[in-house]
Amino acid sequence: MQYTLHVNGRARKVDVDSDTPLLWVLRDVIDLKGTKFGCGAGLCGACTVHLDGAPARSCVTAISNVGTAAVTTIEGIGNTPIGARLQKAWLDVDVVQCGYCQPGQIMSAAALLAQTKTPSDEDINTAMNGNICRCGTYPRIREAIKQAAKADLGAAATKKGA
Amino acid sequence: MSHARLTSKQSWGGQPLAALTAANASRRDFLKVSASAGGGLLLSFALPDLVAAAAPDTETTIFNAYVRIAPDNIVTIMSKNPEIGQGIKTMLPMLIAEELDVDWSQVRIEQTLADSAIYGRQVAGGSMATPLEWDPMRKVGAAARQMLVAAAARRWKVAVSECDTVSGKVWHQASGRALSYGALAAAAAKLPVPNLDRVKLKDAKDYKIIGHSVPGVDGPKMVKGETLFGIDTVVPGMLYAVFEKCPVFGGKVVEANIDAVGKMPGVRSAFVVQGGTDLTGLMPGVAIVAESWWQAEKARQKLQVKWNEGATRAQSSDGFTRQAVAFGSKTPAASLRNDGDAAAALKSAARVVEAAYHYPFIAHATLEPMNCTARVQGGRAEIWAPTQNPEPGRQLVAKTLGLDPKNITIHMTLVGGGFGRRLMNDYMVEAAWISKAAGALVKLLWNRADDIQHDFYRPAGWHFLKGGLDQDGRLVAWQQHFVSFGDNGRFASSANLDASTFPAGRVPNLSIGYSLIPFGIPTGPLRAPGDNALAFVFQSFIDEMAHAAGEDPLQFQIDLLGNDETLAGRGEGFNTGRARAVLEKVREVSGWGKGDLPPRAGRGVAVYYSHLGYFAEVAEVAVANDGRVKINKVWAVGDIGSPVINPTAAENMAQGGILDGCGEALNQKITIENGRVVQANFDTFAPLRLTQAPPVEVHFLKTDHSPTGLGEPPLPPAIPALCNAIFAATGKRIRTLPIDPELLKT
Repeated sequence: MQYTLHVNGRARKVDVDSDTPLLWVLRDVIDLKGTKFGCGAGLCGACTVHLDGAPARSCVTAISNVGTAAVTTIEGIGNTPIGARLQKAWLDVDVVQCGYCQPGQIMSAAALLAQTKTPSDEDINTAMNGNICRCGTYPRIREAIKQAAKADLGAAATKKGA
Repeated sequence: MSHARLTSKQSWGGQPLAALTAANASRRDFLKVSASAGGGLLLSFALPDLVAAAAPDTETTIFNAYVRIAPDNIVTIMSKNPEIGQGIKTMLPMLIAEELDVDWSQVRIEQTLADSAIYGRQVAGGSMATPLEWDPMRKVGAAARQMLVAAAARRWKVAVSECDTVSGKVWHQASGRALSYGALAAAAAKLPVPNLDRVKLKDAKDYKIIGHSVPGVDGPKMVKGETLFGIDTVVPGMLYAVFEKCPVFGGKVVEANIDAVGKMPGVRSAFVVQGGTDLTGLMPGVAIVAESWWQAEKARQKLQVKWNEGATRAQSSDGFTRQAVAFGSKTPAASLRNDGDAAAALKSAARVVEAAYHYPFIAHATLEPMNCTARVQGGRAEIWAPTQNPEPGRQLVAKTLGLDPKNITIHMTLVGGGFGRRLMNDYMVEAAWISKAAGALVKLLWNRADDIQHDFYRPAGWHFLKGGLDQDGRLVAWQQHFVSFGDNGRFASSANLDASTFPAGRVPNLSIGYSLIPFGIPTGPLRAPGDNALAFVFQSFIDEMAHAAGEDPLQFQIDLLGNDETLAGRGEGFNTGRARAVLEKVREVSGWGKGDLPPRAGRGVAVYYSHLGYFAEVAEVAVANDGRVKINKVWAVGDIGSPVINPTAAENMAQGGILDGCGEALNQKITIENGRVVQANFDTFAPLRLTQAPPVEVHFLKTDHSPTGLGEPPLPPAIPALCNAIFAATGKRIRTLPIDPELLKT
């Protein structure tokens, strides 16, 4: 089956079986390898992407269900202000150990900050509990999300002041 | 040679550190230098035969280098060990860069190929890279610096002693002249190599890189999804493979509908792999090779295999426990240690405590599933593998496929979590075999069920303990019967017990014996092998004895440690003073014993020595009325020598190790039924999640000892600290893992 996907602002034509998960289309057809395979069952969050801004587990999202939704992946999230702030905070806090889960973590965090500018610990718990980090970088993930949220307030304050 | 290294590393508890460092030190005598193709300086270790072979042809040494300095003053440092998230790709080059005296911003880092003939030990395991490489890597940097200084002095016709270095430049103070390393590299490469035993190393107070936080080198790419792990390998012409093995360990293929599967969309071939009987090697199964991984995986759903499940089918976790309990009521089959007379001392003790402890099998569950890309063709193999331990993989592939090890090239990719799982190379030999049989370049990728159901598990274990206190509340008797797995008196992999584990040596009457259950389940090292389970047993039972004695558990351990001295034991031996010091510090930073906690909240403490590191940890928990355990906070104090090379990474690693331990204690259990693993994904085998992760406050003591590794030692005490906190909160003793909330209900 032929599908036209809208990935990170670009139209991409692919020809795959209709039940192929979006994850494998992104990774093996479009060659965007940042979205990771962890469980194949929506249990670990390593494959998290955005569909029209909402977080989705691409390993259990069949290509036939994507439709015209705008797909954003870790390769594209840095083009949004929230994504860029998160990536910077991730580096400032030096979150990463093995790094395998981090694209999914950042995608979930970006969806959270898009909804909730200054998330509480409880908001972070709800948004991030579906993303496993086997290395246990959770304390730093929490810190980086808070730092990115503060950076947003900073930007808003500067703008206001100017 | 590499097998011997692996063995000594994996079970290195029994080995003196000197034996390990000796093998590593052999490289020091053969530092080699040459001009690189670009006109820069190239510095490498080499073994004698390679020095001779390489002498007439400098080209061959280029790829062996540790340091390459280009005319534009960019310094490329090769990192030789597998990066699994432990930060070694940043840390080893930091050591070289410090002594070379360059700015970190000048440094670029490249991952080497796997080649133990050139690089020696290339293993991510045992927390051994730091103690083994601390001296050699600094000396490589210092030697290069010395040669650059000599080249400058020669050019300026001044004494070497008048020249100094700063930020990748040599300068001559008297005349104010300076030259960049890049400008000197070609000349320096022609100078004789200094004797590494005599190169001058910096004074620690002059460090600009070591001891300063350096963020992980791959971070900027990782947060953009640009880093490539094994699973991301792309080689033109590559096909994708899946491999189905018998769910019962050791089972063989009787027949399979490979003709039908071979006709599924995208499938190029499907075939039976006969395999062998060694659980660490190529096992029997059915391979499916397709144009995409999803097509291979879909075809696999149609696969029907008739298995000969073999003898292991009769084995189960429940059955093992029944056998263990039966053993527990008898005398141990063999003795590991006998000090004094434990039986007599128990008879005359004022107070005796008896307890049975048990922990289950657990899996590694790295987030990146096992995978490997391989091309086997014309007697050669090229392999791209996320491995912690490439050399034994090369040997396994060579032996199984009948290849010359020299004709096997292994690219070490980034590794999406190791924890010991990828010390084994079963997935590597599978990929190589499938490539050869299919006549194609293939990327083999396991699904999550493959990963959880075909692991080398942390072995389960049972401990039957008796402890005796005298009238003054001193621990005078300790009797332990360890029921583990193995055969003919030999422990299965990672199923052994080190009989020097504290409180051994501090209890006058102590006996530890063992009995073994033969089994067919593959086991292997999991982060802090042995210790991840034994710390739970030893440190929980000491806590039991402290409470029985009516003593403060932390002070009880300090009293038990006694005088500062080094007791015979693993590594350099067990230094009671270092253990005491981390306990005292954790008492201070956690505010132990001060302030009141609400009902059903409590604190526990544990101290443990493993992999040359000392950690004392305090956990605080709150136990809900429904039995759910919330960890409020963990305080950890470590002594891993000094300096702590990369503080940001060290804190991260310690937090991760402690949280890993919490996850094991709270969540994890692998159950064997009918010779197979019941759990298949993260719903039933659950790594720690963010909501379960407490804040972890980490402190390091500065001591006069050389720096040692950190991947493992923070983990073991986290588990008993947590369980001891639960006792403090509820009065209920956790003697079986994982922690069962049912037992903690009000």
